[in-house]
Amino acid sequence: MDYTEIMVRYGELSTKGHNKKNFIDRLGANVRKALHHFEQVKVHAQRDRLHVELNGADYNQVMDRLQDVFGIQNFSPSIRVEKTFEATAKAAEQMVREQVKSPVTFKINTRRSDHKFPIDTFAMNDRLGGYLLEKFPDLLKVDVHNPDLTIRVEIRLNGIFLSSETIKGAGGLPVGTAGKGMMMLSGGIDSPVAAYLGMKRGVSMEMVHFFSPPYTSPQALAKAKQLTSKLARYSGSIRFIQVPFAEIQETVKEKIPEGYLMTVQRRMMLRLAAAITMKRHGLAIFNGESLGQVASQTMESMLVINDVTSLPVLRPVLSYDKTEIIDVAKKIDTYDLSILPYEDCCTVFTPPSPKTKPNLEKTRKYEERLDIDGLIKRALDGIEITEIHSGEDFLNQNEDVFAELL
Amino acid sequence: MIYFDNSATTQVAPEVLQTYNTVSQKIWGNPSSLHNFGEEAWNLLEQARQQIANLFHVNPGEIIFTSGGSEGDNWVVKGTAMAKQRFGKHIITTSVEHAAVRNPTEQLKDLGFDVTYLPVDKEGRIDPADLKAAIRPDTILVSIMAVNNEIGTIQPIKEVGEILKDYPNIHFHVDAVQAIGKGIDDAVFSDRVDFATFSGHKFHAPRGTGFVYVKAGRKLAPLVAGGGQERGLRSGTENTPGDVAMARAIRLVKEGESAAIKREQAIKERIYDHIKQFDHVKIFSGRDQGFAPHILCFAIVGVRGETIVHAFEDQGIYISTTSACSSKKHSEAGTLAAMKVPEEEATSAVRISLGDQNTLEEADQFNETFDKLYAGFKKIIE
Repeated sequence: MDYTEIMVRYGELSTKGHNKKNFIDRLGANVRKALHHFEQVKVHAQRDRLHVELNGADYNQVMDRLQDVFGIQNFSPSIRVEKTFEATAKAAEQMVREQVKSPVTFKINTRRSDHKFPIDTFAMNDRLGGYLLEKFPDLLKVDVHNPDLTIRVEIRLNGIFLSSETIKGAGGLPVGTAGKGMMMLSGGIDSPVAAYLGMKRGVSMEMVHFFSPPYTSPQALAKAKQLTSKLARYSGSIRFIQVPFAEIQETVKEKIPEGYLMTVQRRMMLRLAAAITMKRHGLAIFNGESLGQVASQTMESMLVINDVTSLPVLRPVLSYDKTEIIDVAKKIDTYDLSILPYEDCCTVFTPPSPKTKPNLEKTRKYEERLDIDGLIKRALDGIEITEIHSGEDFLNQNEDVFAELL
Repeated sequence: MIYFDNSATTQVAPEVLQTYNTVSQKIWGNPSSLHNFGEEAWNLLEQARQQIANLFHVNPGEIIFTSGGSEGDNWVVKGTAMAKQRFGKHIITTSVEHAAVRNPTEQLKDLGFDVTYLPVDKEGRIDPADLKAAIRPDTILVSIMAVNNEIGTIQPIKEVGEILKDYPNIHFHVDAVQAIGKGIDDAVFSDRVDFATFSGHKFHAPRGTGFVYVKAGRKLAPLVAGGGQERGLRSGTENTPGDVAMARAIRLVKEGESAAIKREQAIKERIYDHIKQFDHVKIFSGRDQGFAPHILCFAIVGVRGETIVHAFEDQGIYISTTSACSSKKHSEAGTLAAMKVPEEEATSAVRISLGDQNTLEEADQFNETFDKLYAGFKKIIE
C-alpha cells in the first residue's frame, strides 16, 4: 500500500484543558526531532490530531520511530486520494485486496470535516460498504458492532484519507511537558527503567552518574553512557553528567564506621544530585530505588538519606517487584547492558553488613567528621557534561574498524 | 590441479587469512583480561559472534565457539548425556552419522546408555516414522546429520522437528558440518532444532575453528571445563583470530550462497549425466533436491576406491574415497553399508565433493579424464 501520511492520535493530553496547546506544540516538536532523518517528511500538529505527511518516506521506518515518542495514543498509516467517490472506492478496494486473505467482518467508519463535500457520512458508509461487498462477496461480511476490519474514511478539506490499521503508540506524555529532572543513573537494572518511566510521564531527563576511578573501570563509565544512548531514543538526546566520587568514597571509608558507610555515601550522592538539580534548574531528583530490595532501600534508610535535601526525590519503580523491573528492562532493551559485570561505585565500597535501619541522629553526628562543603565543592568542580545521542556506541568504539575485519 | 575434495577440507580464503593475521598481530589481547587491550579483543569477538548470529537469525548468546566439528558433535552428545542422564539414558541417532557422532554414542554405550541407530533407505535417508517409533519415555537426545558427508543425502530435519514438537524435553541435535552454504539453513535453524554443529575449515576458515548453535534455555554440560569462557560452556582462552576469521568466512559463504549452489549443482549434473552412461558405473548420490548440490558418490564396480583416487590424482584431480576421515583405514563405507549396498560396490566407491571455487570447465576436464581412465580400468574388470 502506498501510504501518504500517518495520522497520529493524542493520548491523555486531549483532556488537559488550557495546557493543551503547550502539550501539542511539544509533541509536534518531539515528533519532528524523532523524524529529523527523514528530510521530506512534514509534521502538522493540529488541535485534535497530528498528521505526518510522508512525501515518499518509508512508512514502516517512520512508524518505527513514532513508536518511541511519548504522548501518542495510537496512529494509523493512511492514504490520501482525490475527493471523489470513485477514487475512494478504488483505494478501499486495494486495501481489502492487500490485507484480507480469509473471510472477515468489516465496517466503514466515515468522518466528514469538510461539510461542503456532497456525500455525507451515512451515504459514504452505505455506498462504499455496498461497493466492497459487491467486489468481495466471499471475503467480506458487514458487522457494525464488532468488526474484524474497520476502514476509516476521513473527508477533509485537502483530500479524502483512508486507513484500516491502528497501531498502539507509546502512551504517556510528551517528554518535556513535565519539566526537567535529574536521574541518578548507576548502571544497574533499576535506574534505566526508572529513567524510562519518568520520561514516559513527560520528564526531560538528565543523567547524573558517579564514577570513582581507579575503583571503577572505564568500562563502567562507558556502560552508563551506553545505557543513556539507549534511553536517548525516547527524547533524541540526553545530557550525561559524570561526577567524580573517588575522593568522597575514600574519605568516607576512612572516617565513618562501617555500618554507616553506605548511608553516608548515599547522603553525599544525594547532596551532589541536589546541588546539580538546583544549578541546572531541575525540579526533582529521580532514582531507581525499589522498596525493600537492598539495605539502602528500606523506608528507614530512605528517611535518613532523604534528610539532606528538600527537593522531591521521585522513585518511579518504588513499588515494582524485581521481576517486573526486569520485564520493562528487557522491553526497552537495557537489560543485557545492565547485567554486564563492571563494578560501579555503588558496589565498590559496599560494607559486609550495612545498617538496614540507620539512626538519623547518629548519621548526622558521624558526618561532623567530614569537611562536607569542601568535598562537595571539589566533586562539583570535576563534573563533565556530554550530550549523548540515540544510537551512539560507547562500549565498542571500534565497531566500524572491526567491521572491516569481518 | 582440480580440487574436488571440498568435503574433506577447503583452502582458507585470502581475505579470511588476512583477517586472521591482522587480529593475531594487532588485537591479540586475551578477551578475558580486564584492561582495555583485553576489552578490545572481547569487543571484536562479540562483534564477530553478533555477525554470525545475524546471518542465521538467532541470538548472539546462542553461538558458542569451538575448535571444530568433532568437538561440537562430541560436546552435544556427551554434554546432553551428562546434563540429562537422570531423566533417561536413551539416545536416537542414525546409522549414517559421521564418526564424530557415532563414536561418542559408542563410548556412552559403555557407560550404560542405550543407543538406537535408525536404518536408512536406498538413498541413505531415514524414515521419520522409524524415528517416531523409536522414541521412548527415557529418550534424551535425537542426533541427526543435515547432509550426509559420504553421499550427500539431505535428511528430513523439518519432519523430524515436527515429530519432536510433541516431545519438548528431548534434545534435538543437527550435525550441520556439511550443510553450510547449501541453502538449507531454514531446516537447520528451524524452531525445534536445539543444537547445530559447524566446522570452520569446511568453508574456507582456518582449521581449528567452529561453533555450536545452542538454543537459549537448553542445558548442556560443558565438555571442556575450566576458566568459564563462552558463558561457562566451553572453557579455554578464546581463539579470537580464528573465530573472527570464521565470522568473515561465513559472511562470504552466505553472500555467494545462491550462485554457488547453482554452479555446484550444474557441475554435479554434468558429471553425473556423463558417467552414468558407463556400464560399470554405479552412482549412489541422487541428482535431485533430496541431495546436497556438492557431493557425488559413485563406484566403478570392480576397481578399488583407492585405485580410482590415485589414478585421478596422477592426472591432477583430487577426489577421495567416501570419507577422508575413514578413508585410510580401508573400512567399507558406513553410509553405503547402511544403505545395504553390496560390499563389492562399496569398496569401489569414491566421492567428488565440490566447493564454490569449482567451475564447469573443471567438470568437462574431469569427464575427459574419466573416459581415459575408464578405458584402462575396463581391461582389468573384464
